[in-house]
Amino acid sequence: MLTESVPLMQAVVPVLPEMGLLLLLILVLMHGVFSPKESRRTVCVITGVGFFTLMVIHLSVGFNFVGDPDFSGSGLGDIVRVDAFAVMFRAMILLAAALTCLMSGESRAINRRVEFYVALIVAALGMCLMVAANDLILVYVALETASVSLYIMAGFQRDSKLSSEAGLKYYLFGAVTSAILLYGLSLIFGFTGETNFSRLGPALSALTANGSEGVFALVVALLLVLVGLGFKVAVVPFHFWTPDVYEGSPTPSVAFISTASKAASFGLLVRFFSIVWPAEMIPYWAGLLAALAAITMTLGNMLALVQKNIKRMLGYSSIAQAGYALIGVVALSDTELGAAAVAFYMAMYVLTNLAAFAVISAVEWNTGSVQIADYAGLSRRSFPLAIVMVVAMLSLGGVPPAAGFFGKFFLFSAAVDAGYTWLAIIGVVNAIIALFYYLTVIKVMFVGKAEDESRYTIRPRLAVVLWVTGVGILLMGTLASPWWRWAVEASQQLTVMLP
Amino acid sequence: MFTELQEANFLVPTSYYVILSAVLFTIGVAGVLIRRNAILIFMSIELMLNAANLAFVAFARAFQDLSGQVFVFFVMTVAASEVAVGLALIVAIFRSRKSIDIDELHSMEG
Repeated sequence: MLTESVPLMQAVVPVLPEMGLLLLLILVLMHGVFSPKESRRTVCVITGVGFFTLMVIHLSVGFNFVGDPDFSGSGLGDIVRVDAFAVMFRAMILLAAALTCLMSGESRAINRRVEFYVALIVAALGMCLMVAANDLILVYVALETASVSLYIMAGFQRDSKLSSEAGLKYYLFGAVTSAILLYGLSLIFGFTGETNFSRLGPALSALTANGSEGVFALVVALLLVLVGLGFKVAVVPFHFWTPDVYEGSPTPSVAFISTASKAASFGLLVRFFSIVWPAEMIPYWAGLLAALAAITMTLGNMLALVQKNIKRMLGYSSIAQAGYALIGVVALSDTELGAAAVAFYMAMYVLTNLAAFAVISAVEWNTGSVQIADYAGLSRRSFPLAIVMVVAMLSLGGVPPAAGFFGKFFLFSAAVDAGYTWLAIIGVVNAIIALFYYLTVIKVMFVGKAEDESRYTIRPRLAVVLWVTGVGILLMGTLASPWWRWAVEASQQLTVMLP
Repeated sequence: MFTELQEANFLVPTSYYVILSAVLFTIGVAGVLIRRNAILIFMSIELMLNAANLAFVAFARAFQDLSGQVFVFFVMTVAASEVAVGLALIVAIFRSRKSIDIDELHSMEG
């Protein structure tokens, strides 16, 4: 009995969250079809609790199995590899999905429409596969599963001109860049005849050993792949969709796109660059990514400075944040601390952006406005909202005691370790520039005066999101070391798990 | 089925397929960049995907390895679902604007 139970666990554990998500998907679909319209208001709670339960199960099972020498982590015929790194990113995705559900329940555009939650579950499913993908086929399929659902979420308000325009723009950019990515994958397959990551690495090394021709061919494939992944994380010059999607889409969709989607894409990016590309390619991709990181940070911050709409401002801010996180991927070329820094940064970024979008949701519920000017007097209209927004803005700006400070600190120190001091300096200068527009929001909230300063109501489900994210940010910022140690262990497994 | 000599005569070198796929891919990219009608852009994207499919099949034959063919099946499935969502978005746009010219999509700027 015992000998049989081991292979079963070996097979189930790597895809446990995906199986759970499929069950949740069926449950929510059934709920939407069979329950009467009035009771459908509970769908956001059911989905949210489902996501949260899955996260807890996933973490407890993950801690038990991952790192155990008897547990290979490979599932579905070795197209999935679960290590501590994947466990960490999956937990972020599931948490972001759970909090997004609660926000959606308090959004007039979504509220009880079951289709939104179905798209959300499928998107989370795709992302969970993305961060554990160990095969080119799964990379493409998981990426598209997540993307197609996100297009639906972005264009969800069919009757709104802005939302459908945002959806179509997101779709067009996404479809084109993923086709380019696919062509890059076809070239990688063509050079090696392999699709599995563990066999691709050695095969590509053999190719580069042939001399400059092999390297040149790989650089072409690298560029094509980078277009697709660059779109997902919103790196300049593939960032054009970001501000419009952030402005036009329903706020909960934006919250999910800006957090879970970015985290999942960075998880995939880190795994792809640390496992697939051979050592001979490092100077090419590290140099290219360093240049992209510098341009992305600078352009994102410059354009964010002049924004009047807070969602659009956070769109440009998220471009800049992708630039910072890219520094960690560059540092990966020399030190595995790069991967740890990216993981920590993404965890803090998920919490921070969810907090900011929860505040935006709450203000939108009360006033319907997303202009920064309408945040005037927020500290008197609802002090808790203003406090959470302050924490979120300080965290995005990298000011202690919020988590963003350590996030940037680890990234920049990893860059210095890897010999990219110039990139760290550009990062620090950018962080200072960015403080200007983050502090502007705080100034408007506390100093600005509104004509009507009546109190805001905070909906109960939004209050949960505000509490969880606000406390989470401060906890990560004051007690950073356990999280950091976890991230370092995870990044060590990233390379150890190779056959 | 064929003797070795016949096979050598019939066999088109893999490089021909790859060059054709590169040409198709370039036409697709050009179509995306030049065309302004959303439906025509969709068709150009399909061309890009199918160019990649052709490359996969050609490589799969060259390596005598089925995983390239499997990849193509997945790509076709994904492309179908992608088009379904894309057309739905186009319908939504057309209802609110009576046009699917992507140059007219500029309600948000800055």
